[in-house]
Amino acid sequence: MPQPKLDTSPKVSDEIRKTTCYMCACRCGINVHMKEGKVAYIEGNKDHPVNQGVLCAKGSAGIMQHLSPARLRAPMKRVGPRGSGEFEEITWEEALETAVSWLKPLRETDPTKLAFFTGRDQSQSFTSFWAQGYGTPNYAAHGGFCSVNMAAAGIYTMGGAFWEFGQPDWDRTKLFMLFGVAEDHDSNPIKMGLGKLKERGARVIGVNPIRTGYNAIADDWVGITPGTDGLFILSLVHCLMKAGRIDLDYLARLTDAPCLVNAEEGSDAFGLILRDEAGKALVIDGRTGKPAAFDGEGVEPDLSGSWRHAGFTHRPVLHHMAERYLTDEYAPETVASKVGIDATRIRAIAADIARVAFDEAIELDREWTDFRGVTHKKMIGRPVAFHAMRGISAHSNGFQTCRALHLLQIILGSVEVPGGFRFKPPYPKPATAHPKPHANAQPGKPLDGPHLGFVHGPDDLLIDDDNNPKRIDKAFSWENPMSSHGMMHMVISNAHAGDPYKIDTLMLYMANMAWNSSMNTSSVMQMLTDTDDSGEYVIPRIIYSDAYSSEMVAYADLILPDTTYLERHDCISLLDRPICEAGAAADAIRWPVVEPDRDVRGFQSVLCDLGGRLGLPGFTNEDGSTKYANYADYIQNHERKPGIGPLAGWRGDGEDHGRGKPNPDQIEKYKENGSFWISHIPEEAEFYKPWNMAYQDWAVKTGIFDAPTPYIFSLWCEPLRKFQLAAEGKHRRQPPERLKAQYAETMDPLPIWYPPFSDTDQRFTVHALTQRPMAMYHSWGSQNAWLRQIHGRNPLYVPTKIWDANGFTEGDWARVTSPHGEITVPVMHMAALNENTVWTWNAIGKRKGAWALDKDAPEATKGFLLNHIIHELLPAKGDGLRWSNSDPITGQAAWFDLRVKIEKVAAPKESLPAHPAQKSPVPEAPQTVKQKVGS
Amino acid sequence: MTSLPTHTEKTLGLVIDLDTCVGCHACVTACKGWNTENYGAPLADTDAYGAEPVGSFLNRIHSYEVQPENDAPAQLFHFPKSCLHCADAPCVTVCPTGASYKRVEDGIVLVNESDCIGCGLCAWACPYGAREMDPVEKVMKKCTLCVDRIYNENMPEEDRQPACVRTCPAGARHFGDLSDPDSDVSRLVAERGGFDLMPEQGTGPVNKYLPPRPKDEIPEFDILSPYLAPVAEEPQGFLRWLDKTLERVS
Amino acid sequence: MHPAPSIILFSSLSGLGFGLLTMLGLGFPDVSGWVAFVFFALGFALAGGGLISATFHLGHPERALKSFTQWRSSWLSREAWAAAGAMAVLGVYAILIIFFDNRVPVLGWIGAALSLLTVFTTSMIYTQLKTVPRWNHWSPPVLFMAYAIVGGLLLAGQVGVATPLLVALGVLQVVAWVDQEKKEAASDTTLATATGLGNIGSVRAFEAPHTGGNYLTHEMAFRVGRKHAQSLKIISLIFAVVLPFVLLILPFHHLFAAVAVLSHLAGVAAQRWLFFAEAKHVVSLYYGR
Repeated sequence: MPQPKLDTSPKVSDEIRKTTCYMCACRCGINVHMKEGKVAYIEGNKDHPVNQGVLCAKGSAGIMQHLSPARLRAPMKRVGPRGSGEFEEITWEEALETAVSWLKPLRETDPTKLAFFTGRDQSQSFTSFWAQGYGTPNYAAHGGFCSVNMAAAGIYTMGGAFWEFGQPDWDRTKLFMLFGVAEDHDSNPIKMGLGKLKERGARVIGVNPIRTGYNAIADDWVGITPGTDGLFILSLVHCLMKAGRIDLDYLARLTDAPCLVNAEEGSDAFGLILRDEAGKALVIDGRTGKPAAFDGEGVEPDLSGSWRHAGFTHRPVLHHMAERYLTDEYAPETVASKVGIDATRIRAIAADIARVAFDEAIELDREWTDFRGVTHKKMIGRPVAFHAMRGISAHSNGFQTCRALHLLQIILGSVEVPGGFRFKPPYPKPATAHPKPHANAQPGKPLDGPHLGFVHGPDDLLIDDDNNPKRIDKAFSWENPMSSHGMMHMVISNAHAGDPYKIDTLMLYMANMAWNSSMNTSSVMQMLTDTDDSGEYVIPRIIYSDAYSSEMVAYADLILPDTTYLERHDCISLLDRPICEAGAAADAIRWPVVEPDRDVRGFQSVLCDLGGRLGLPGFTNEDGSTKYANYADYIQNHERKPGIGPLAGWRGDGEDHGRGKPNPDQIEKYKENGSFWISHIPEEAEFYKPWNMAYQDWAVKTGIFDAPTPYIFSLWCEPLRKFQLAAEGKHRRQPPERLKAQYAETMDPLPIWYPPFSDTDQRFTVHALTQRPMAMYHSWGSQNAWLRQIHGRNPLYVPTKIWDANGFTEGDWARVTSPHGEITVPVMHMAALNENTVWTWNAIGKRKGAWALDKDAPEATKGFLLNHIIHELLPAKGDGLRWSNSDPITGQAAWFDLRVKIEKVAAPKESLPAHPAQKSPVPEAPQTVKQKVGS
Repeated sequence: MTSLPTHTEKTLGLVIDLDTCVGCHACVTACKGWNTENYGAPLADTDAYGAEPVGSFLNRIHSYEVQPENDAPAQLFHFPKSCLHCADAPCVTVCPTGASYKRVEDGIVLVNESDCIGCGLCAWACPYGAREMDPVEKVMKKCTLCVDRIYNENMPEEDRQPACVRTCPAGARHFGDLSDPDSDVSRLVAERGGFDLMPEQGTGPVNKYLPPRPKDEIPEFDILSPYLAPVAEEPQGFLRWLDKTLERVS
Repeated sequence: MHPAPSIILFSSLSGLGFGLLTMLGLGFPDVSGWVAFVFFALGFALAGGGLISATFHLGHPERALKSFTQWRSSWLSREAWAAAGAMAVLGVYAILIIFFDNRVPVLGWIGAALSLLTVFTTSMIYTQLKTVPRWNHWSPPVLFMAYAIVGGLLLAGQVGVATPLLVALGVLQVVAWVDQEKKEAASDTTLATATGLGNIGSVRAFEAPHTGGNYLTHEMAFRVGRKHAQSLKIISLIFAVVLPFVLLILPFHHLFAAVAVLSHLAGVAAQRWLFFAEAKHVVSLYYGR
């Protein structure tokens, strides 16, 4: 029998439509292959700067998300009690008029009564612009419960963070050290980068209690005790400083290490940096031996000179650092037992870092000129790079830990140099170049400025004269003064408690607050359904927009159904969180590669419509008519400043980039170019960006800055010291008495480590963590017929010691108890795990009735959330106060501080707590999936 | 064509790097997507949104923990597995209908679905679990090495590689001709000591696996200790060192 | 391996059927007319019924005829030929006996040989599989044929020969079990060779690729518990060997003979269930089972 004849060149598709993925926050370019007008196949776009053709498991399964049976079909109003899931479909006109009838009176009387928070929103510059026009101070996205410590610590310290805002110099790094990262931020770039390191044989050290994923391929795995990363890092700093293995030239020229700090205890300015009349930090100029502004032309900052001024001694930051970090408090021998790493190993890692940074330094023959006008012949690289994310930040000591990591990077001279860590535009951008937060609301008026930003001292807090928070989430109040991303995780409990005040309408977008996006999930569901004495809901009205039948849908009164990511316009903007590379500015769009087959609308288009109906400034023309027909119209025609719009590419007549008039063909231009725009940074501007005038000039030309904004890194976090001074009674505003000791303890201007707040209860000794699987994004994956087969349930992974101690065997269940509650869940043995840590995958557990899954789906019967046993408040300590379970500086939710105890129990019928099913607002899902468009 | 060819013109296959695979499952769904829309019947899923979803996949990522003999910490490996396109493919010779065959041109093992009676014997004969019966179409599905991509003249040349290789973010998968000693894949196998799975089964797998590099072997402190020789024992000493160093520099 | 009922039914019934047809081909019992009709009908019904039940196992039974094409290499294809050949030859042989009272011994011998060959080819389908150490062993061909012969003798009423052979069969079965166990234990395919990671340390399957099951785990990762298997072995021996033996050494009675045959058949079915359930496919290593 002859071999069958095969057609090895079948037609691939009728057409390729290029857009941007939204299966997670990574924003890769995708080629959507169309057959017969339908989506047939999705692959990565080879030309795209983010993913260069590769695509992860989620992205490649996008077609099943696009066809999910959980897609909402039409606007709905609630007809049953909240939480039941009983809805009636209504027209868009009715939906929009209902929303207007709720929102318009609030705006005219008291705009603070609207709280508008968004979850996995990629249009924050737009949603915040809308909220600002509306006039409510109560707007934020989800950064506060995500990873604000990482962002804020990075920006306050060095004007940029890890997250997706910077990246290791993957092509040159020789030693890469990775601390706990969430797999959905920069996920493909990190994987691609690791691949490059592996190809070159560079060394990878993974610091993570759990050895999966990236840590599984690390050459060295450091299975650290959760919450002690800061101590470990400062011990490395100790070793390096003690051995003089620090980059003195880098520290002197490019950081505040030479800046003079008031060293007189008791002085009103104790701990503040000495400044000239223009407010510029002063250093001793090595040429004159006298103080000079740090950025004066030709100034040669001296690291060792101190200065007496007005009777007070001022000493360089580096001297304070020496005093702090050279003490035995940070010696490897002292910290070893706390961090769970041998002292020898800590020293070996420090030594290896020193060896690579200084003995294997890179020199590029590229001339560059710094902000003092000094020209350097070469670019010197320290090829040690670091990256970190939620693993180190979601602790109550996370801000200081993230700062400690940046301190380590900076003393090595490995930020913005070849082989080190590189910023992606619009970063570097120091905290001082960001806006300050605003919260002054007036009836019928827009807010006085952007909601979120960076405070620089007590004067910038959003509190009234009685110290009461102005925002519903209490962001930028004394409790969490530097909460740069807001505190979405506090909104529902504060609104429920009427503390600091009551609200009327809660509007949420893509935030599954009734399930996996809340701490303390069961109580949150209770808060959303609680009624007051009059029988009214305590949170009177809830508007929710989501594309899918998530758990949160059942708790809303009005549902505005969103589209899938293949049916919508979006812009991934330089005004927001763009897709830039370390060597290029880039932004991107999404566009409807197919039109929805349901009566749904992109939420941003709905906001344009609502903005017009409500008469919001920015959303109405002078004659009162609606300004933007839809989001695409906004993307193309909105100008934030003259010449600066959401998209930087093809402005004006299509030839202008960065700055230029709106172009009516701009979106078409993007589509022609694969839905993205990229502008490469010139070679001489690629490194030393904060100080490199070639970069500064390029950034101005590209519209990133209005004027060059060079700055030096802040090892000394002066805003923190200002808050401490206020607590010491040296400011017109002072924190409440109960917070003063905490201010003294935690708000040190130099990075410190203190134990996570939940470490005190001796009954709960085991650390409990979650990780996000690479093949799932939050709760979204379970509606995906392909992905849910990979992660259909989540066991609690238990290390050998605890496994043996409890006599667990395969198939066993355990009761996991925290100070706040208990869950009963299946367990699984894992050896490559910190011996005192258990963990599970995040957001696999689902509520029955949600996501169009069968009620007996494993997600609902065997899956579970750790959220149930994490509270937004710490247990009572006997001081009559309930302290927040968050970082005292930024308010970052301290998810990973969780401590539990574990006992073996008889297997229940299903994971506990088992919540009753909610009614599904979408038709039953098909039994079989046999997806094929072509024949 | 149940008999195996005595010789194939090329020996196309995959080389999978266990030192690099992070276990992201990208190759799993990229494969599912391409092969659902292309060669043969779609890869179906039954009880897709229910209690026991079962779908056919041509590539799955296992994971294994290895406990070294010494006291070193346990290691975890992500382990992609798909058809190895064996030289001596037992799945082919057991097939009663000739539906399974190994191509003479390139050694790819394929199932001609219109001849498949769905007896399942080939899946029994395969030691690697590379073949799965489609739960809806009831024909045997397996990796085709994307035979409809790698020669596809309707695709740009750079895309003519298996979907799993094209999508792999970490670059842990490589595709090429293993009979050509100068090919990239052959060189990788030679340099990194690529190995066969279950060599004792005598199947002569074409796909090779690159072993993980040794882990947790940070150099002993003695070698590195000069790098941490203290310049001073306490802060004052450090400042004196600082002064001296800065003088030397300037 | 998953003990699929259709396959167990096929293997047990067709083995018995071809065993009976073998005996009839050899002229035991030497019958004719309606009695012959009944014997042949029983033989064909069992063998053919078994074959039909086997097609229930197929995804596409309508393409079953294609399985005649690969006799050069495939034991399954050879089985199809042997079965068809045996039935065809013995069909002619039976027609001649029943309707023409003409026994053509050569046809009978050829038919008998083809019948045994069919059983042999069936067994070779399993024996050829290196992937299942328990099957990749001398015992399946020997046992399958032995069961067919003894069952055939029983059905053919050849009590005198069958009785001692039952004892031999029992001994053979026990020896096979013991030796199969050894073979499986000595298999050089382990998780270490399956993953190539054995040189680093001891390998343990961590998480399965997908949290749900799949074709492979349903089909091949089935494993019966050891205790359960031991008791089933005893039960199968009692039904297949001990009980028939006792019934046959009692004074002859048609009812005893019928019960002996049924008991034997039940024993064979239990043995075949174990044949699958006890067999470990090497792919189960990958799944940590």
